[in-house]
Amino acid sequence: MLPENLRENAVAASLEAADPGLIVDANTLHNELTLEVVPEKILAALRILKGQKFERLSTVTAVDRYPMEPRFEVVYHLQSVSRNLFVRLKCRVNGEKPEIDSATAVYASANWYERETWDLFGIVFLNHPNLTRIMMPDFWEGHPLRRDYPVHGHKYSYQNE
Amino acid sequence: MSETLTPTAETEKHGHTRRMTLNMGPQHPSTHGVLRVLLELEGETVLKCVPDIGFLHTGIEKQCEALNWHQVITLTDRVDYLANLSNNLAYSLAVEKLLELEIPAKAQWMRVLLAELTRINSHLVWLGTHALDIGAMTVFFLCFREREDILRLFEMFAGQRLMTSYIRVGGLALDPPRGWEKRVQTFINTLPSRIDEYESLLNTNPIWLKRTKGVGLLPVEEMLEIGMTGPCIRAAGIPMDARKMMPYSSYEKFDFTVPTSTDNDVYARYAVRVAEMRESAKIVKQAMAGMPEGPVQAAAPKVVLPEREKMKTQMESLIYHFKIVTEGISVPAGEVFQVVESPRGELGYYVVSDGTSKPLRVHMRTPSFGNLQALPNLIEDRMIADSIAIMGSLDFVLGDCDR
Repeated sequence: MLPENLRENAVAASLEAADPGLIVDANTLHNELTLEVVPEKILAALRILKGQKFERLSTVTAVDRYPMEPRFEVVYHLQSVSRNLFVRLKCRVNGEKPEIDSATAVYASANWYERETWDLFGIVFLNHPNLTRIMMPDFWEGHPLRRDYPVHGHKYSYQNE
Repeated sequence: MSETLTPTAETEKHGHTRRMTLNMGPQHPSTHGVLRVLLELEGETVLKCVPDIGFLHTGIEKQCEALNWHQVITLTDRVDYLANLSNNLAYSLAVEKLLELEIPAKAQWMRVLLAELTRINSHLVWLGTHALDIGAMTVFFLCFREREDILRLFEMFAGQRLMTSYIRVGGLALDPPRGWEKRVQTFINTLPSRIDEYESLLNTNPIWLKRTKGVGLLPVEEMLEIGMTGPCIRAAGIPMDARKMMPYSSYEKFDFTVPTSTDNDVYARYAVRVAEMRESAKIVKQAMAGMPEGPVQAAAPKVVLPEREKMKTQMESLIYHFKIVTEGISVPAGEVFQVVESPRGELGYYVVSDGTSKPLRVHMRTPSFGNLQALPNLIEDRMIADSIAIMGSLDFVLGDCDR
């Protein structure tokens, strides 16, 4: 549901009009529009926004809210160069089977960002053309940016070499 | 990296068309760092290109979560080692937005001045190495001569040439040193004539023109779609610049233009960057001329470290110092995405706080990562010799890309 104070916002209102069940929550804290959308409908939301001259997907990343459930937030930042606007989309994904549709079907630039998010958080992007590790080596086990992954004291140590 | 290139059945069938898989890098002078590119060649034509990154991944985003808000500044230097002050600035602005801090005018103007010197520094390194890749060696020496001057200026301000950490949350680390105006003035007055010197070596150089004109073309819609930003997108005719579009740190008070070109080739990217250096010099001059008086740190005792003298005489200052150093500052819960225009393009810091003394998440949307993603689109079906010129024109820094 779109909160009362955001009904005037053109971007939020147009998404709400296109699909009333799309937006779960929204705010404009620090003058940045954040829309939380239903994870299953992320592609629909991205398509609508791309149709509204949001030409580029600036970045895709995630936030791990461990031990809260659903623990992951997949975050998309979209920019409209012609309208000079930024919008942040957010989807909450659970920790047991974290997966969401890949945005590569709508924005080509999502490719590497989703690979990075998979590599570091272990969130699976369905129908991604090449979902492989990009930062860590191929043989790496685990996903380093998860909050339950230690900063120090991982089993792999250079001193053992 | 599991997408590898293996000889296909088709190549074996047609034995006469000899295809070759070439492994360029990770240690190759024109990859400007540790980038590995797998190239499938037929003769001199690149059929397929697969970039392999991650060799410089140092887990900076993970380390940010283990340090307190002030300590993260030192890591932002190490993200892009040619544009450290731009990274300091982006992170500081993001945290200040969360804290809702008002930054004094002098600090804002100093930040603009330093960010523009950083842009000149980065473009000089780019121009020198790019010209060297294409075979014009002299430009490299000349560019590094001026770059050395800028590094000396940074050393004067911050005590460090590269890892400056001079822009802090709440303002600047220190007051600018005595006599800085004169030295910056001397440098900025000589810079335009030095840029003329580089241009005299390149603009009429037939080899340079042959290697750069009409090379590295890509439709502009595709460039936006794949995530290219910065001088590359401006050379394609889109005046996309965060300094104009979403002004930060008082950029709206400065008079400058955003150089663009519509040629969209390697030469246009060179021309745009050289024009940007001249614009940056203008901005530095304006910042010098209109530098406001006043403090360089915000009046926020819970955020900014107190002066050394006050700590010796005032109890509150001592307490605040102790609290900031031991616990760190606490930042209200929230999230911001702060975009600044780094020399390479759109640099965005996505900072999430849960209200504690350490960030919950710091994500850097770095321009090199976005630009490098376009590499296959730019060099497939083109000559292998051009790939060197094209890679150079993207101006990526692998530390910035891999973080």
